[in-house]
Amino acid sequence: MKIAFTLNGRAADWNGPPITRLAAALRDDLGLTGTKIGCDAGDCGACTVRLDGRQVCSCLVAMGQVAGRRIETVESLADADGTLSALQKSFLDHGAAQCGICTPGMLMAAQDVLANGHTPSRLEIEDALGGVLCRCTGYSKIVDAVMACAPSADIAPPAGAAVGARLPRLDGVPKVTGRDRFGADAVPADALWIRVVRSPHARARFTVGDLAPLRARLVAVLTAADVPFNGYGIYPDIKDQPVLADGLVRYRGEAVLALVGARADVLAIRDQEVPIAWTPEPPLYGIDAATAPDAPLVQADKPKNLLLDGGVKHGSLDAFAGCAAIAEGTFETAFVEHAYIEPEAGWARRVGDRIEIHASTQTPYMDRDEIASVMRLKPEAVRVVPTACGGGFGGKLDLSVQPLIGIAAWKLGRPVALVYTRPESMAASTKRHPARVRAKFGCDAAGKLVACDVHATFDTGAYASWGPTVANRVPVHAMGPYAVPNVRTWGEAFFTNGPPAGAFRGFGVPQAAIAHEAMMDALADQLGIDWLEFRHRNALRAGDVTACGQRLEHSAGLAQCLEALRPHWRKAQTESAAFNLKGGPRRRGVGVGCMWYGIGNTSMSNPSRMKIGLAVDGTLTLFSGALDIGQGSNTIMTQIAADALGLPVAQFTLVTGDTDLTADAGKTSASRQTFVSGKAAENAGRDLRQQILRLANAGSDAALSLEGTALTVRDGAEVRTLETAKVGPLMGEGTFDPPTTPLDANGQGIPYATYAFAAQIAVVEVDIELGTVKVLRMVAAHDVGKAINPTLVEGQIEGGIAQGLGLALMEEYLPGRTENLHDYLIPTIGDVPEIECILIEDREPLGPSGAKGVGEPGLVPTAPAILGAIHHATGVRMQRVPVLPHRLREAILAQGPAP
Amino acid sequence: MADYLRPSSLDEALQALARPWTVLAGGTDFYPARVGRAIDENVLDIGGIAILRGITAEPGGWRLGATTTWSELLEAGLPPLFDGLKQAAREIGGRQIQNAGTIAGNLCNASPAADGVPPLLALDAEVELAGRAGMRRLPLASFITGNRRTVLAPGELLVAIHVPRPARDARSAFLKLGARRYLVISIAMAAATLEIEDGRITAARIAVGACSAVAQRLPALEAALVGATVGFLAARVEALHLAPLSPIDDVRGSAGYRREAAATLLRRLLARFAS
Repeated sequence: MKIAFTLNGRAADWNGPPITRLAAALRDDLGLTGTKIGCDAGDCGACTVRLDGRQVCSCLVAMGQVAGRRIETVESLADADGTLSALQKSFLDHGAAQCGICTPGMLMAAQDVLANGHTPSRLEIEDALGGVLCRCTGYSKIVDAVMACAPSADIAPPAGAAVGARLPRLDGVPKVTGRDRFGADAVPADALWIRVVRSPHARARFTVGDLAPLRARLVAVLTAADVPFNGYGIYPDIKDQPVLADGLVRYRGEAVLALVGARADVLAIRDQEVPIAWTPEPPLYGIDAATAPDAPLVQADKPKNLLLDGGVKHGSLDAFAGCAAIAEGTFETAFVEHAYIEPEAGWARRVGDRIEIHASTQTPYMDRDEIASVMRLKPEAVRVVPTACGGGFGGKLDLSVQPLIGIAAWKLGRPVALVYTRPESMAASTKRHPARVRAKFGCDAAGKLVACDVHATFDTGAYASWGPTVANRVPVHAMGPYAVPNVRTWGEAFFTNGPPAGAFRGFGVPQAAIAHEAMMDALADQLGIDWLEFRHRNALRAGDVTACGQRLEHSAGLAQCLEALRPHWRKAQTESAAFNLKGGPRRRGVGVGCMWYGIGNTSMSNPSRMKIGLAVDGTLTLFSGALDIGQGSNTIMTQIAADALGLPVAQFTLVTGDTDLTADAGKTSASRQTFVSGKAAENAGRDLRQQILRLANAGSDAALSLEGTALTVRDGAEVRTLETAKVGPLMGEGTFDPPTTPLDANGQGIPYATYAFAAQIAVVEVDIELGTVKVLRMVAAHDVGKAINPTLVEGQIEGGIAQGLGLALMEEYLPGRTENLHDYLIPTIGDVPEIECILIEDREPLGPSGAKGVGEPGLVPTAPAILGAIHHATGVRMQRVPVLPHRLREAILAQGPAP
Repeated sequence: MADYLRPSSLDEALQALARPWTVLAGGTDFYPARVGRAIDENVLDIGGIAILRGITAEPGGWRLGATTTWSELLEAGLPPLFDGLKQAAREIGGRQIQNAGTIAGNLCNASPAADGVPPLLALDAEVELAGRAGMRRLPLASFITGNRRTVLAPGELLVAIHVPRPARDARSAFLKLGARRYLVISIAMAAATLEIEDGRITAARIAVGACSAVAQRLPALEAALVGATVGFLAARVEALHLAPLSPIDDVRGSAGYRREAAATLLRRLLARFAS
């Protein structure tokens, strides 16, 4: 059916089935991929457009309904000449776009409050934007951007002044205009599509019947037999996860078959039509089931369902005997879903004897090697070209669409695409490890910690994924950021029939922090010491030795963080006490959480290599393999490289991610890109600078400038101009691998070269009759070494806090029950409070300009601070998250009369 | 290829319903139930039928056209009687859903957690169903019979919701409990309409949602409120009044919690009428 309407001010028409979703028509047929699809169910708002001036989810509008009507998409906002609208510019200036996948929806929703010409209140903004989910920003900078939507001057730092500047993200314009290309945005028109048939059972055997009828309707149906090497996994020695299950499934959502064909054809086939005979078996859910004496095995070669265990021993636990106060507790957490707003997506094509993978990822080189392994190709035969990544948070460190699109494209000689649906993304992808953390801490009468014993047990789900990383990292961190002379920590991970638990912002440390911070509050209470002061007394400081036996030489800024929080802490205490004097069912409380976080891999090499090229035509290019998944590394790397080289940021072009064009800068995880790849970028900048200075025979203080092909070197009074056409091309290279050592059997060694430290305060209001918790305010003090770009650093902290808030209060993934974004809740703009960030810069000499990392630290202290605040408000220490209203109400009732 | 029909007249729609169609209005329940698969059923889109849209005052009350959206309701000039329904409208999804979702869609979808049902029950609303054989009107309470079940017969359309004009001045209010702000499925909700004369309740209509398969009126509580002074309503709520509820345990809350929360919501809701 032909349908005519007005699209972005122009007459347009479209022809197709009228039941087609507007979102699909815009993207697939009208070429407007600025409208993003996050759920196809009205739950996320990424596809928000305006229909006759009202915001709607374009995934819920039938094309048949738009005849004669007026549609505006994100593409309508900028002028034809590319001039950004005031709101787009404001989003850029405020750092309101991180990964950018929700940005078009946010911008379109925000038109509600811009239209009427007054400065909107925070509540008006929340009401207007309440239907769009963002998983990156914590919404703070989005609110700021809408509230302060006014033209502002551009920031263009001169040579040598980029580091420390609040530079708008260099890749931001495509994000606010909708032109950025995410995994589903640039699929070739002639691509075949895959629909994956997944297991409805958590544990079952199965046989596949006659596929000939299906194959007759499609181009291909792939089974386990089509996978050259049917096992993948993060660790070189644990390739336990099949690309397609072979007769046995170990979790609900596991991939079984891949239907390949025209998109409409694969979508038309219902699971009931696929001949699979299932024999379900009782699934093992949870740690207790997996560790029961008679538990069946999840992986035949993993006795006791144990993936891995290990710990740290320092001093003697006999020291508990002399403690003046001892606290103990056991804390439990749930499966948590990454809920990036961009579901996994990508496409592949065969180019001669190579396979090219265009997909959303956090780790191009690991993907390359893993795809090569699965396809039995040489790594050089695989080219990974990362698309823009619409959020990762650890979830896009594992393979998702890549092996299937690679195998199909290789086999069929045609481009092949796969875009997960939201329920598929949630069912198939990795999760945060559920944990049970048993903690015991003791201190002396002066409140100095003496001993700790922490036993952390993790549910690693059906496959290993990053489970070993979690089980290794947690024992190193489980005593918290404190000087404790006698330590025993233990981490262990067990297989279950839950979804594979993998990497998720913090690698198990957020779970452990809930336990150690509860212990700090409990010990402080026993001795009558203020919670914040108790932590300050015990904070690890430069010169202290950790439980691993590592002397912290520099950059241990927890005490400074707590000092910076002290006035906020006292004010919040006073205010909440005054509020509570009024009585009534609403009680306020204040809590504090602290954390430390080792930057980079645990006791493992994780080098980065960066290159900066000066071409004969004068083009200056940073070749960065560090993937920007929204956190800002494209901008950070350039700022660092620019100052190291001595030329302005504005002169750089950026080539990022493509494994054919860039060097391996490792994965975007473990908060490592600024510290590790940033240092490599700094070294690359210095290397290129040295080459130029040598060519110009100039001293190290010389100033560089580049105009066209004229590279001018000013060394005092002496000025020399080099022609890039003559001296070029030049290539500066830099590498960095943080110095660590292996841990021995007792966990002694140097697991990390440096650590981030942080402390956060949460102020909450608890409705004690309903058990609901509203976080009113967060103040976050983070020792980041050096904030290369304070706006981006704050963005990481605020986004981390939003995820920490979700972990504490609402997020719980239950297979088969919360596989969408209306049953699985993540915080909306109305849930995340105003956040004040305080940046502490205790320089790390190893890092670029003294910088460390901040990606994960933002999340770690949040849940502990909120749980402490709930305790302060109610007297109840919640030992299980999320603190759903009914759980808190039941705990308040169990406690007896209100305090 | 399946059929798609978007008639402009009710007659045309009813004639079409001689064979089975899936009815589409705002799309906010239709599309979420069809994620990741081809839509291959016949769809009758009633969004183009002008007579089904909009709110009109009539001598005996108000007629809310079936495809009136929540946003249109919020923007309509209506007496305080509708405050509760408007408060519910603001709690439905986010603004995108309010701009697209329709009142009748919320009723026909018949979710136990439908935010529109308790306030409409508290307004004594009736639904008007049209079929080729004619129309019938029945109380909303008789229309929804279970979780996702209504008495809508094949060939019938819900064309309007009728809210009767109360005998006296009446006010209404609504409270929703969810685990987050915006875009949240209710754990429990409560709605009340009170007719008040000289500071005393002369009639009360109270409904609670998400605490049973279908939102329930609470006749015993309604009776207990008659004669009470507006400043002292909350104290009249007793556990026994909640007997019609049959809450369940699910991912959002436990049955016991829901029952208690419903009572708390009711007390707070009634306390609002004091001001």
